[in-house]
Amino acid sequence: MTAPINRPQEGTLLELRNLRTHFSTARGVVRAVDGVSFTLDRGKSLGIVGESGSGKTILARSIMGLLPKRGTIRHGEVLYAGQDLASLGLKGMRKFWGQEMSMIFQDPMTSLNPLMRIGHQISEPLRVHLDMDKVNARATALKLLQDVGIPEPEKRLDQYPHELSGGMRQRAMIAIALACGPTLLFADEPTTALDVTVQAQILDLIQDQRRDRNMSVILVTHDLGVVAGHTDEIAVMYAGTLAEKASTTELFANRKHPYTEALLRSIPRLDQPSHTRLLAIGGRPPDLITPPTGCRFAPRCPYAEDKCRAEIPELEAASADHSFACWHPVGSPRWQSKQDELVSTGVLSASGGIA
Amino acid sequence: MAGTGKAHLHPEGDALLRVEDLLVEFPVGRTGLKVNAVTGISFDVLPGETLGLVGESGCGKSTTGKAIMQLPRPNGGSIAFGGQELTSLAGEGMRTLRTNIQMIFQDPISSLNPRRKVTNIVMEPLNIWGIGTPEERLKKVNEVLEAVGIDPERAASSRPYQFSGGQCQRISIARALVLDPKMIICDEPVSALDVSVQAQVLNLLEDLKAKFGLTLVFIAHDLAVVKNISDRVAVMYLGKMCEVAKSDDLYLRPAHPYTQVLLNSIPVPDPKVRPTGNQRVQGEIPSPVMPPSGCRFRTRCPIAQDRCAAEEPQLQALGDDHYVACHFPLRTAN
Repeated sequence: MTAPINRPQEGTLLELRNLRTHFSTARGVVRAVDGVSFTLDRGKSLGIVGESGSGKTILARSIMGLLPKRGTIRHGEVLYAGQDLASLGLKGMRKFWGQEMSMIFQDPMTSLNPLMRIGHQISEPLRVHLDMDKVNARATALKLLQDVGIPEPEKRLDQYPHELSGGMRQRAMIAIALACGPTLLFADEPTTALDVTVQAQILDLIQDQRRDRNMSVILVTHDLGVVAGHTDEIAVMYAGTLAEKASTTELFANRKHPYTEALLRSIPRLDQPSHTRLLAIGGRPPDLITPPTGCRFAPRCPYAEDKCRAEIPELEAASADHSFACWHPVGSPRWQSKQDELVSTGVLSASGGIA
Repeated sequence: MAGTGKAHLHPEGDALLRVEDLLVEFPVGRTGLKVNAVTGISFDVLPGETLGLVGESGCGKSTTGKAIMQLPRPNGGSIAFGGQELTSLAGEGMRTLRTNIQMIFQDPISSLNPRRKVTNIVMEPLNIWGIGTPEERLKKVNEVLEAVGIDPERAASSRPYQFSGGQCQRISIARALVLDPKMIICDEPVSALDVSVQAQVLNLLEDLKAKFGLTLVFIAHDLAVVKNISDRVAVMYLGKMCEVAKSDDLYLRPAHPYTQVLLNSIPVPDPKVRPTGNQRVQGEIPSPVMPPSGCRFRTRCPIAQDRCAAEEPQLQALGDDHYVACHFPLRTAN
């Protein structure tokens, strides 16, 4: 539609090299993102998963350059199609927003302007970034509303956000994000505020649009269920660092990091009988002003020992599509002996599932 | 769905809470129209049981929870708690009875007074009722705080903002427990929490239920959570009851098309399970101001027929404590 035609279809789109985002506060420096590196190919989708406060939203916003200037300390490189975005200022980033990358936020009600008609909000980026005239922009906005599956799109163009349901508002947000044909779409908890039936619809929509437009998608969520069916790769974040990164099938079949394992075990599952005891993760995420010295998960990890508390494990590649940062990963001798202990005390069933 | 009927109720006297033909309406400004929030639902909760209420936003599940507490008073129907009719109870009688039914809310932080010390927040119900001496009150408060896993010493010197969301929910639970209630209505108690913390709170509720002999009404939109904690589950849609069954049975063999659709929509944490896009429900919940005739789910139902628009289905028994309100259920009686 409006996207430039000469974009390469394959290859690396985004590369992070040791990205660090810190905030200086009255209490000290908060190390919200602390040394994250990964690459994302064109047309692929990456899920970033973690608890609240793990830095996943800050990571997405750091890449897009959406953080306040004041008090933010950024290090490391963000290479987008070979160009370092970290060194660009507000002016430089404006070229990228909308046309190259855009973002869908969690709460569609507070992200939309309540005083502006939906049609106007969708055509605004078209007019600003693509220099369209009013008539063209309105026609394109209508086409976008049809693409995102809003019923009666002509009528919606002239409505205000409060006249739309939550699901429709999120569809309108997606239409705005897609308006200038971005190559990279960030979705930050796009379905957390929505009902489960609408959530399924919205996730399918993002998936379909990614395929149709050959976009890359970064889906930020706390729900492993959401990323399982909708991403190619998953990065698990804990306390500002990557704990594990793998292709989606590999991660679920062959998880290595105890934190990933713990997250999966704490989810109530439909295939378990009711009143199944959940394996909660004890404690809570560390304070990011003074994170633990060794592995950041060590204080909550059932397999941790002295080395874990003293030395930081690096994110190392175990195979082409799987890397993790752990001294005693799932399957290691120490893990195995602890696991046997848990089975013998009846916490786990022999199959490794929850007793 | 959407049906009415009372085939699923247990014999009178067995249930701790018995709700019949509950009707809650809200006026829409001065238009003369009304929001049909809850239209003639009936259910009961046995002593020591956990009943899950599930449905999408706007299905009336929270309204039902509040109506039990007479907040506000329902427009019709009857609510009997331990044989006592609540809808005609007023003043001091209602106030006394409310000590037996407590509530926990979705947002743990906004449901606690930010300016008070946690110990005082939890003690407030005891102060209001003048129960025990100050020393006895403090002892009781410390007991319930211990029971929910909050350090009483820290609670004495801290305010809610000094605790995490999960801990605040524990404090809310402690406050609900301090008067030794018979029943707790949990309105989306874990929706605002992370999965890891959610698991802690769900386990805690199970433990407390056993320890204090509680009966729970658990309201949530997440079917996996509801399945985990409930003995029986009631599925609601647009102010009506769709299906009531034991929780394992409901998930294994759903009979109402809406239950099926809800189950299909849940994201499964396993990439081998392919998304079942064609079985998903289309569109969104209609307005409760002008609900569809007949079965209220018919506008989104994949198998709706003419009869569904003309006639409202009644709850019918399928055997083994499984009831469904549908003209064309996905499975028939045993």
